[in-house]
Amino acid sequence: MSSILDRLLRREPASANLAKDRLKLVLIHDRTDLTPGTLDAIKDELITVISRHCEIDPAAVRVEMTQIGREQRLIADIPLRPSRRRRP
Amino acid sequence: MACKVITVTSGKGGVGKTTATANIGAAMAATGQHVVCIDSDIGLRNLDVVLGLENRIVYDLVDVIEGRCRLRQAMIRDKRLPELYLIPAAQTRDKSAVSPSDMVRLCDELRPDFNWVLIDSPAGIERGFRNAIAPADLVVVVTNPEVSAVRDADRIIGLVEAEEKGPARLIINRIKPDMVKRGDMLSMEDVLELLAVELIGMVPDDEIVITSTNRGVPVVLDGKSKAGQAFRDIARRLEGEDVPFLSLDEGGNIFNRFARWIHPRSNRNE
Repeated sequence: MSSILDRLLRREPASANLAKDRLKLVLIHDRTDLTPGTLDAIKDELITVISRHCEIDPAAVRVEMTQIGREQRLIADIPLRPSRRRRP
Repeated sequence: MACKVITVTSGKGGVGKTTATANIGAAMAATGQHVVCIDSDIGLRNLDVVLGLENRIVYDLVDVIEGRCRLRQAMIRDKRLPELYLIPAAQTRDKSAVSPSDMVRLCDELRPDFNWVLIDSPAGIERGFRNAIAPADLVVVVTNPEVSAVRDADRIIGLVEAEEKGPARLIINRIKPDMVKRGDMLSMEDVLELLAVELIGMVPDDEIVITSTNRGVPVVLDGKSKAGQAFRDIARRLEGEDVPFLSLDEGGNIFNRFARWIHPRSNRNE
């Protein structure tokens, strides 16, 4: 309640959340040396390889860095297209 | 005597490494423990003025390492706390005068006679930092709740791990509770989520740190201040005690007080 009151009177967005979000991204790149360009390249190659074996939706594929403790992980989320029922 | 070597470092300059070293050392010595603080910031010495011992320097760290004096001759005994000693940095030399193995040898010589060796590291990630962490049993990283200090702290924590001196412990210094409350300063939770290390202290921003440094008297020797209490708590946690973290809330601004007055349950103090 008080923070809402403060916010109304100050008419400015809270800057701490902004700082935290910016730092999250900066730290991921500081820790791994992986640029957004490299991540895009990894994603494109994954799509190519996986598409050879099964049907996927390239637009829905996501490749992201996440943090678990101080450990960095590369997470690939690759939704499969539902297989069409074959009719004789 | 079981001795632990603790290095206080930060990456970014000006976050309060020297103040933290002086105060943790003074707090430990005030409870009767044998403590020696080493200023390893060669060329930019400051721990002497923070402790108020600048007029008593004859020999320094580089004199000891280069054999111009005995170790005991370079150790300055504190005026108020007889169990607290300082080994000052050289002011006219640079970091290349000391090597990591020099620091390890020096600390090994100190270990039999002290409970704690506290090393005040220079800012940065170069030679001076490597000298400072070489003999460490534990590394304490000081940061402030702002973007550049947190980023540099992350880098340092990674380097400490790479040198197999980890996991580092974290001190968040200069927290302004009012700013945190209105969402304009990273909170303790934010910083811990970003850095993913164990917290060993939170120190509120307190003018008394400046006035006590002006006088050359560590703030822990002032019984009442919140910053002094925070540093005393850090010393006890390093000694292995389980000390709860201080609530940094000082009552907040007028809106918060008003809100609490008309609606007591809006008081969200832990």
